[in-house]
Amino acid sequence: MRYSVSNPADPLPSRWPRLSPLTFALTMAALALVIVSVGQVAPTPGQLIDGGPSMVRLVDRMTPPNLDPAFLARIFWRIIETFQIAIAGAAIGIVLSLPIGWFAARGVGPLGNLGAFLSKAFISFLRTVPDLVWALLFVATVGLGAVAGTMTIVVDTIGFCGRFFAEAIEDSEKEPQEAISAIGGNRLSILFGAILPDVMPSLINTSLFALEKAVRSSVVLGLVGAGGIGQELKAAFDLFQYRNASTIILVIFLIVLGMEWVTDRLRRKVQ
Amino acid sequence: MLDHYIDRQTPMANTLSNPIITTRGLRKSYDRKTEILKGIDITIRQGERVALIGSNGCGKSTLLRCLIGLHEVTAGEVTALGETFTGLPAGAQKARLRRQTGFVFQKHCLVRRRSVLSNVIHGMMSEPGRWRAFSQMTAPEPWRHAALEALSWVNLTDKAAARADALSGGQQQRVSIARALVRRPALLIADEPAASLDPVSGNDVMALFARLCADHGITLLFTSHDMAHARSFADRIVALRAGRVLFDKPAATTTDADLDEVFRVEPR
Repeated sequence: MRYSVSNPADPLPSRWPRLSPLTFALTMAALALVIVSVGQVAPTPGQLIDGGPSMVRLVDRMTPPNLDPAFLARIFWRIIETFQIAIAGAAIGIVLSLPIGWFAARGVGPLGNLGAFLSKAFISFLRTVPDLVWALLFVATVGLGAVAGTMTIVVDTIGFCGRFFAEAIEDSEKEPQEAISAIGGNRLSILFGAILPDVMPSLINTSLFALEKAVRSSVVLGLVGAGGIGQELKAAFDLFQYRNASTIILVIFLIVLGMEWVTDRLRRKVQ
Repeated sequence: MLDHYIDRQTPMANTLSNPIITTRGLRKSYDRKTEILKGIDITIRQGERVALIGSNGCGKSTLLRCLIGLHEVTAGEVTALGETFTGLPAGAQKARLRRQTGFVFQKHCLVRRRSVLSNVIHGMMSEPGRWRAFSQMTAPEPWRHAALEALSWVNLTDKAAARADALSGGQQQRVSIARALVRRPALLIADEPAASLDPVSGNDVMALFARLCADHGITLLFTSHDMAHARSFADRIVALRAGRVLFDKPAATTTDADLDEVFRVEPR
């Protein structure tokens, strides 16, 4: 079958997008950065082969996992503490993220564009400092234990939720907001009357991700003394109790898997 | 709770005497280059139904928004519902103005995920204790009854519990009318309320507007592209062209030639 062209003089568009010199240069620079990084810090095949026997020995010392009832009971209470750190930290963080996200939403928040910029900068600061660093700071200020872990999760959650809440609020439907403003509503009326009902599914989704993230974070915070099951893991490695360590790793895997399953189902319900 | 706004109800104003809106030399520009309104002088009297017509971009919607202080007036003076202002109305003025005005948009502007009743209760957001108007769950009982009554005016009481986005376009526009009327405002402003509806629904909505405004003594100011609507449902037609008033005359005396002039395309 032959296809006719309405005007043979019209050229076909190029099959490949045309790159500007700047885009081309930046693409090449990014590619070079990846290649140099892999060359300098990625493991070589030789290193992988040499490390193989050590890995096999370690796995051998880790099996079978320790299923002693007394040890499992101790682990159980540590898991409960880990969950408490995650749930309390995420809940407080989500509640605090709501006003902070509102302040950071450009064109919607009550503090104007400068206030929104400063709020966003604050959220970015909380997010860019890794959670283990926050945990070290809080351990140094409030001491070893679960409280430091909870405070870490609060800060981590604000860094995560604050950004997504602000974006959701910025992207919320503008027409109902204009309608409530025309009726005589103030910024708070617009927030509660129009914005929150509109963005609620997005807020719930983000909050569920934050909870999932909090559970993952809370299991490692113990490595720096901030409570939870991570403390047991560190002790197991420090004392070369590899069978205990494998049990804890398996338990962490099951916790995270279970949490992902639960939050996935809840997210699907929200849609 | 209901008293303070029921007291404001005015009987049908069959004496078209008191000016409810007056503008003097109203000008509006969004930037220095483009002036949207170039000196508008209009007077709207209590109980009148006025249609504001004109082609796209002639300044109809901007004028409506300037009248209730949604947009800042660049020059000139507005007196609306006893409040005189230049620029933007002051905080207390704005509150009084909004309390007496209902606004219906081209798109119904409902909060989709809230119930129909909650959306109508949003109309109470300029009342004291406004936070209770966030939802029908927090609203005081009299407001819930008032909202249901407003829904009865637009024949949608059976949909009170439904989510707003479960309704058809015409039904959603009727909910937005109920929301605008729930406080029984003195003035109802509607920006192309039938534009997003099919012809039959659009006609129904306009007829509903005219009837409810007559029943409750509300002054109606609406914009429209539909000349049949302007002639059928307005007492007076004000035509805008390129930011100026082209004519202002009773709907009954408006001729086809007048209307042709409104939409005449300028030769380039």
